[in-house]
Amino acid sequence: MSIQLSRPPAARPPASRPPAGPPLARPALPAIRRVPWTLLVFLLLLPLPWIGSRYNTFLGTEIVIDALFAVSLNLLLGTTGLVSFGHVAYFGIGAYVCGILMKTYGVSFAIAFPAAGLGAAAFSVVFGYFCVRLTKIYFAMLTLAFSQIIWAVCFKWNAVTGGDQGIADVPFPNMHWMAAIPGAEQLSENGRFYLLTLTLVALSVAAIGQITRSPFGRMLTAIRDNRERAAFIGLNVRAYELAVFVVAGGFAGLSGALYGIFTRGVFPDYVFWPKSAEVMIMTILGGMSFFWGPPVGALVLVWLNQEITNYTQYWPFVLGTMLLVLLFALPGGVLGGIARLAGALQRRVARRDA
Amino acid sequence: MTVSLIAAQFLSGLTTAMFLFLIASGLSLVFGVMRVLNFAHGSFYMIGAYMTWQVMQWLQPAGASFWLAALAAGATVALLGGVVERLLLRHLYGQEELYQLLFTYALVLILGDAAKYIWGTGQLSVHRPPVLDGGFHLLGTTLPFYNLFIMLVGPAIAIGGGLLLSRSSAGRLLRAAAYDREMLGALGGNVGMLYTGMFVVSSFLAGLAGALITPIVSVVPGMDVQVIVQAFIVVVIGGLGSFWGTFWGAVIYGLTLSFGILAFPEFSLFSVFALMAVVLMVRPWGLFGRPIR
Repeated sequence: MSIQLSRPPAARPPASRPPAGPPLARPALPAIRRVPWTLLVFLLLLPLPWIGSRYNTFLGTEIVIDALFAVSLNLLLGTTGLVSFGHVAYFGIGAYVCGILMKTYGVSFAIAFPAAGLGAAAFSVVFGYFCVRLTKIYFAMLTLAFSQIIWAVCFKWNAVTGGDQGIADVPFPNMHWMAAIPGAEQLSENGRFYLLTLTLVALSVAAIGQITRSPFGRMLTAIRDNRERAAFIGLNVRAYELAVFVVAGGFAGLSGALYGIFTRGVFPDYVFWPKSAEVMIMTILGGMSFFWGPPVGALVLVWLNQEITNYTQYWPFVLGTMLLVLLFALPGGVLGGIARLAGALQRRVARRDA
Repeated sequence: MTVSLIAAQFLSGLTTAMFLFLIASGLSLVFGVMRVLNFAHGSFYMIGAYMTWQVMQWLQPAGASFWLAALAAGATVALLGGVVERLLLRHLYGQEELYQLLFTYALVLILGDAAKYIWGTGQLSVHRPPVLDGGFHLLGTTLPFYNLFIMLVGPAIAIGGGLLLSRSSAGRLLRAAAYDREMLGALGGNVGMLYTGMFVVSSFLAGLAGALITPIVSVVPGMDVQVIVQAFIVVVIGGLGSFWGTFWGAVIYGLTLSFGILAFPEFSLFSVFALMAVVLMVRPWGLFGRPIR
C-alpha cells in the first residue's frame, strides 16, 4: 500500500511571477540603459584604497567578490528563473582549484584564476546536464544534492583538500608589477589585491551584463517567463538552461578563487549549503529582477553584517528578521523598493502637472 | 566481517532510520499536502530537544518524567508551528516556491539564534528513562532497550499515520487537498484549517523526534541544520510527499550510512548524498513515489 500525497507539479497552473519589480529589460527607461554602469561603478570604487581606511578596503574587497558571486547566481535566479540551491558548489570548486594550485603546486595566479573558472564550469557541465532535466523544487533539490556531494568530498579528502582543516595560507598573487602604476607604489598588499579584485570582477560583471543583453540572454528571459511557450516556439530549453548553468558556474568559480585568496585559506564551510542560502538572500535583498540588484544586496548585507556584529553576536537572528521583512514588505528587494518609490513620485508629479 | 559486527551495524542503522522517519514524515506530509519544503522542520526538531531538557529541569524537584517532558516538548513545538503557519506562512501560499523556501530559511536563522540565546551554546544532556535502562544481547552485540523502543515507535507511527491517511475522514480530506486544493475548497472543505492542522501535526512530529533523541545524543546548537539535510535525503529517496516512501527511504538511508561507514569510512557522507542525487536523476519522484506526468 502506498499513499501518494504529492500531485504532479506539471498539472498545476504555471505559477505567475511575483510583482517583484519591472522585468530586466524595460523599454521605458532607455536613458538609464545606455549608461555604461559597470565602467561607472568601477571608476567610482577605484579610489577606495587611497581614500578609505585599511578596514574599508578589506570590507570593499569582500563586497566586490560577493557581488560577482551573487551576479552569477542571478543569471540563474532572475534571468532564467532557475532556483539553484547549490550554487555554492561552483564557488567552492573555484576556491579549491585556485587554492590548491597556488598553495600546493605554486602555480601563478595568472594561471590558477582562469583554471578555477574553467574547473567550476567543467563541473557545471556534468551536474547541470542532470539538473536541467528537472524543474522547480526537484531542480533545487538536485543542485543541493550535488553541492553537498562536493562538500562531503572536500570535507573528507584529506590528501587533496586538507579535509576539515582546509587549505591554510593561500598566498597572495604576485602584485609587484603594480608598483609600475603611478600612484600605486605606496599601496599595501591588501590595497593592491583590492584593485586586482575590482578589475577582475568589473570585467566579469561586464561580461555577464553583455550576456544578459545578448539574444542568448533574451531567450533565457523568455524561458523564465514561460517555459512551455519557449519550448513551443522551438527553443531548446534544456540546452539554453545548461548553457547558462555553465556560465553561471564558471563565474561563481572565479569569485570563489578570489575569495579563497582574500581570506587566505579555503575551508569546507565555503561549500556548505547555508552559504548557498546566504548568496540567495543577497540576490533577493538587492532585487533579483534588476541586473544591479545582487551587487546592492552584497553591499547591504556585508556592510550590515560588519555593523551589527559589532553590537551583537546574534547576526543570524537579525538576518532572519530582515529576510522576513523583505519577503512580506519588500518582495522586490532594495532596488524594487526604490523603483516603486520612484514610480509613485513620477505619478504624483504627472498628476500635479495635469 | 563477523556476524556480530554486521548485526551491530544493522541495528544501529535501523535506529537511525526510525529517528529519521519520525523527522522526515512530517516534512514529507507538509510537502505533499501544502507543497512547501520546510527548512525550519529541523529547527522545530531542535526546539523539541531543548524543550525536553527544559521541562526536565523544571520537573526535577517533583521527580522528572521523561515521557511527560517529551509530550510537553512536542506540544510546545506544535503550538509554535501553528502560530507560524497562521500568522506568517499562510500569506505566502500563492507565491513562488523560492519565497516559501526563503521564508522557512528565515525561520531556521531566527529559531537557531533564539535557541542559542535561551539555552546557551553548551551541550545539554537528558538521561534516558529508567524503565528503558540496560539492553539485551543479540547475535553478539548489545541492543539498548531505548533503541529497541525507538525501533518500535517508528513503525507504530508509520502504521498509525498510514491508517489515518487512508481510512479516517481527516486523511481523506488531506489527500483531497494534496490532489486539488481549489476543488476541495469549492466543495466546501476548509482548506485553511486543514493546512494549519497539517502543519501543527508535522511540527508535533518534529518536536517529538527532537524529544526522543535527547537520551542518545546531546543537545547542541547546529543540530537543526545537520538534521534537515538528512531529512531531505530521506524524503527525496522515498519520494517527496509519499508517506510510506518516507518510511522506506529512511530505512535505506540508515542502512546505507551504517554499512557505508563499515565499507568506506571516508566516503559514507559522500555515499548518502550520491544516493540522493542518483535517485533524483533516475526517478525524481522517489523510489516509492508515483511518476510525474
